[in-house]
Amino acid sequence: MSEITLEHYLIVSAILFSLGLAGIIFRRSLIVIYMSMEMMLNAANLSLIAFSRFASTEGAASANHLDGQIMVFFVITVAAAEVAVGLALIVALYRVRKTTLVEDLTLLKF
Amino acid sequence: MDIAWQPILFWILSIGTIGCGVLVIASRNPVASALFLVLSFGFMAGLFVLLNAFFLAAIQILVYAGAVMVLFLFIIMLLDLKASTARRRSIFSYLFGLAIAGGLIALFAQVVDLLPAGKATMDSLPDKPGAYDASALGTLLFTEYQLPFLATGVLLLAATVGVVILSRRGIGGESSHQ
Repeated sequence: MSEITLEHYLIVSAILFSLGLAGIIFRRSLIVIYMSMEMMLNAANLSLIAFSRFASTEGAASANHLDGQIMVFFVITVAAAEVAVGLALIVALYRVRKTTLVEDLTLLKF
Repeated sequence: MDIAWQPILFWILSIGTIGCGVLVIASRNPVASALFLVLSFGFMAGLFVLLNAFFLAAIQILVYAGAVMVLFLFIIMLLDLKASTARRRSIFSYLFGLAIAGGLIALFAQVVDLLPAGKATMDSLPDKPGAYDASALGTLLFTEYQLPFLATGVLLLAATVGVVILSRRGIGGESSHQ
């Protein structure tokens, strides 16, 4: 409880990632599944930022180890683009099939 | 100030993040899910501040809690999604999901435990002033990472064109004109 280490942040990130995965498995609405995916992306962002912060421990005087933060920047950009395209897909799907429940969208099921 | 604020803030923020994450996947109403996700992203922005990622904390609030979640709420209300009460999933589905998630947490814990640098504490880190502000990030972004940055611009253009084409009328054939 006293000292916060890198492991604490990584465990929080792991729990959040697993929550997102559980949401994807047992929720039925496409929108909520999409939110769970955003949560998983955010969990990865948290561990990237924690690694980038804790990488400046030993020696490395010149490098700031901001590479992890740059990566998170790109992840956020890609996630924003992905949300825009994905929600447009959901709306297009809803127009045709009038539903967003995954059980009713089994057109591709063999 | 002899109280160590950092561990207290860490516990508050991480418990808030995870608690709101549980409520996101547990609440039946999609609007409630979206609002809890906003809260979870806000708590996570606090964790980013604790890790000295100030610019990314601001971006997290602006892009995620602002733009992305407004888009989610807009779509939920546009499609008029109701709380799902009609059909319940089988208990097998819940058990399967929880088993997968629990196994994944156990696996991650094993990996984290093997990490040699995992025991480093926050206090042992050198606190270089100005090393983590937005100008350092921007300098790195426009020098070393310039090509990925330009590729991001192309990606955003492609996403914009894709959304415009997807939301055109007539993509669904006959059912588009009511």
